[in-house]
Amino acid sequence: MGDITVLIISSIFINNIILAQYLGACPFVGTSKKMETAIGMAGAVVFVLTLAGTITWVINTYFLVALEIEFLRTIAFIMIIASLVQFVEMFLKKSIPSLYAGLGIFLPLITTNCAVMGVALLNVQDELTFLTAIIRSIAFAVGFGLALILFAGVRERVNLGRTPGPLKDTSIGLVTAGMLAMAFIGFQGMV
Amino acid sequence: MAKTIAQEFKKGLWDEIPPFRLVLGLCPVLAVTTTAENGLGMGLATTFVLVCSNLLVSLLRNNIPPRIRVPCFIIIIATFVIMVELLMQAFAYGLFLNLGIFIPLIVVNCVVLGRAEAFASKNKVLPSLADGLGIGIGFTMSLGVLGAVRESLGTGMISGVEVFGSSFEPFEFMVQAPGAFVALGLLLCIMNIIGKK
Repeated sequence: MGDITVLIISSIFINNIILAQYLGACPFVGTSKKMETAIGMAGAVVFVLTLAGTITWVINTYFLVALEIEFLRTIAFIMIIASLVQFVEMFLKKSIPSLYAGLGIFLPLITTNCAVMGVALLNVQDELTFLTAIIRSIAFAVGFGLALILFAGVRERVNLGRTPGPLKDTSIGLVTAGMLAMAFIGFQGMV
Repeated sequence: MAKTIAQEFKKGLWDEIPPFRLVLGLCPVLAVTTTAENGLGMGLATTFVLVCSNLLVSLLRNNIPPRIRVPCFIIIIATFVIMVELLMQAFAYGLFLNLGIFIPLIVVNCVVLGRAEAFASKNKVLPSLADGLGIGIGFTMSLGVLGAVRESLGTGMISGVEVFGSSFEPFEFMVQAPGAFVALGLLLCIMNIIGKK
């Protein structure tokens, strides 16, 4: 039990997927200009990342490794993620339209979110068991959402102030993200 | 449509240089630029994938049904990424270990998919090749410059050669995660200042 708690805390804070592992930086910068879009993206990522982490683990263990075709991993994982995103989109549209309206436009973008693919590959690389793979996928996704929402909040305030011309927008945004990453380094003492 | 092939090539080097002008493909930019060498290696691998996928997408552009074009592009890109992965494992094993999971992650690099979708699927073979090569070289340059800045400030050396003399106290911060964001943000600011003139 203690191990799992450590795994969750270290995946959310210490090895935060954006601020320490650099995965998913494009949506981090792209969808953080407004709080609303940040929350939408965070929700969609938590949803898809959990599913993708689980399914890729199963496919990798019982299909790729069992048949000794690991060299096809990249192509297999990206196809799983792309079709999963498509499937989730169709399912939500039909059965939970209110959630679809909220997440709708962010779902297709997730296919090219390196966080999803990255977590799938990291799970394989670290040879996790099924349960820890699921838990870590969820924890990474929560960490992604947390960082994105915090960053959106800071960025909204920063954009209200008067920034020097050349630093405007993305430039000051990246510097702000650096400060946030510095704060997250402080968590390293926790475990 | 009057643009020449040379112009298509040149725009990737400054006007649309990723990741500064096109804010795409940030993950590898932040992650592998701890040294100039890693940055250049990643840039070259991405260039290879970009050129090959642009070529093939452009050749097949009239045969791919528009509704399922994105999955088709992804399969084409993934094939070349696997090729790069196996080639690097065979001929540049040290670099392969340094770059780690960021080589398979070229497949989700938005620059590659973005060029296939926005350019190669609408243009003839030669301009697409020029576009892929230009954007690829631009990307490699950006990664190399960012890697050099971070490596020189963070460790005081570039590839083992001391840059600032022995009394220089390195900022360890620059080779860690926060330094990546700050360095990229400040470089973007410098680009904006130069671009304005």
